Amino acid sequence: MSETKPEFVEAVDIEITVNGKSYQRSVEPRMLLVEFLREELRLTGTHIGCDTSYCGACTIRLDGDAVKSCTLFAVQADGAKVATVEGLATEAGLHPLQKAFSEHHGLQCGYCTPGMLMSASALLDEIPNPSDKDIKKRIAGNVCRCTGYQNIIKSVHAAANELREA
Amino acid sequence: MMYPAPFRYHRPENLNAALQLLQRLGEDAKPLAGGQTLIPMLKMRVGDVTDLVDIGRLPDLDEIQLGESEARIGALATHARIAASSVAQRLPSVRDCAGGIADAQVRARGTIGGSISTGDPSTDWAPMLHTMAAIVEIQGPGGKREVAIDDFITDAYTTVLQTGELVTGVRIPLPPARSGGAYIGYKRSAPAYPTAAVGIQLTLDENDVCIAARCVLSAVASRPVTSAAADAALVGTRLTEEDLRAAGELIIADTNPPADVRGSADYKRSVLRGLFLQVGAKALQRAKGENIEGEHNYV
Ligand SMILES: Cc1cc2nc3c(=O)[nH]c(=O)nc-3n(C[C@H](O)[C@H](O)[C@H](O)COP(=O)(O)OP(=O)(O)OC[C@H]3O[C@@H](n4cnc5c(N)ncnc54)[C@H](O)[C@@H]3O)c2cc1C
Ligand code: FES
Ligand code: FES
Repeated sequence: MSETKPEFVEAVDIEITVNGKSYQRSVEPRMLLVEFLREELRLTGTHIGCDTSYCGACTIRLDGDAVKSCTLFAVQADGAKVATVEGLATEAGLHPLQKAFSEHHGLQCGYCTPGMLMSASALLDEIPNPSDKDIKKRIAGNVCRCTGYQNIIKSVHAAANELREA
Repeated sequence: MMYPAPFRYHRPENLNAALQLLQRLGEDAKPLAGGQTLIPMLKMRVGDVTDLVDIGRLPDLDEIQLGESEARIGALATHARIAASSVAQRLPSVRDCAGGIADAQVRARGTIGGSISTGDPSTDWAPMLHTMAAIVEIQGPGGKREVAIDDFITDAYTTVLQTGELVTGVRIPLPPARSGGAYIGYKRSAPAYPTAAVGIQLTLDENDVCIAARCVLSAVASRPVTSAAADAALVGTRLTEEDLRAAGELIIADTNPPADVRGSADYKRSVLRGLFLQVGAKALQRAKGENIEGEHNYV
């Protein structure tokens, strides 16, 4: 015995807090979180690179963890707190990570940058004084086709220093 | 964007409700745990899934316990939590395996129960658990049952799980003193599945003679490759490089790895030979009580 394949499925009500603001929406269960962020909320800072769970451009934070938003349904994030790159800067200016990426050439085309920043912010929350190895291990799921990674590693160190001094 | 075909979504409150729902919905309903295998497959429209039963938040299924004689890891424990747990502290090959799967983002979502339930020959938990002779706990409409990890996966992408059954956890008997293991893969990059991986658990007597061995090769056949002959060949030796090489030949000779984007059959066999020596040496050091880290090799 088995259910029939649905051609159409009713939308489901969800509530997700994104960068501190609560949003209530009705979404199709098959809507991926990255699409919810980009299309429903118009938060297009989160990028879609590969769409196959490989590149990390879509990395956001879900209740603190850096995760790939192309590999998560919006319904799974119902009730969760999501942080995206748009939430890093404050009225006081860019986040230390953003400043460091800009000052140390941690980006060129910028495609991977939102994902890199979210992976790096999760790392620094957990390990305020990371080694090169800690950084490499955390951004191993974020592909950059431009920088060769060295300047990204430098940028994360610089941001870590600034955050520790702050 | 790649869109999965429409499916109905259910989020039951507890394990019993999930089991009843899965039984009622039938074979085209799938449990959704971390989604790190299932969601990519749905996006590629593999399989005819009508319903997803989200078990990701079921209470009490993610507990990790280190007991006197065994460790228990709940099905929903993520790779990341396992890597940071007391069980990984006690069993370094668990640490090698959990910390080496994919990348930080996948490790934060993917679960041990989901990993073994895929029956995917490229995943790491089932072969690693072979080296520990682990037991899989299953619950279904008919009640609870337990299956040895070696009997759990029957073929590529095929397990003994019946429609409506869920894996609830795995139990790992703790190895005796003077036992040590390692599990190391050869990978093209972090988010890529291993080209090949090897796991070895070795137990020594007080004179450093091997009294028990369990070896496994992963990602090179439709299911984890084990060899009673290779295990037996190590017993009674002092695990010199020559002893390891001889046992490695016994288990590698029988494997015919599929040629694919990760390499030819010959290439994979030579990767396995190198890995077998490396993993054997690390397991031996750990059996002698040395506290050393293991890391996958990245191309
Ligand atoms: C980029 C990438 C790289 C990866 N690299 C590796 C790697 O190097 N090594 C490795 O081992 N894995 C790798 N994986 C796979 C990853 O470990 C998955 O997390 C794991 O295979 C599946 O776990 P899950 O919790 O995500 O399961 P899901 O994707 O939710 O489910 C997988 C399957 O198991 C079923 N299922 C889930 N939980 C249960 C349960 N408790 N009982 C019964 N059935 C269940 C589902 O219905 C589904 O069919 C990778 C994944 C990605 C996306
Ligand atoms: S777009 Fe999500 S991992 Fe590439
Ligand atoms: S800056 Fe271009 S991909 Fe990283």
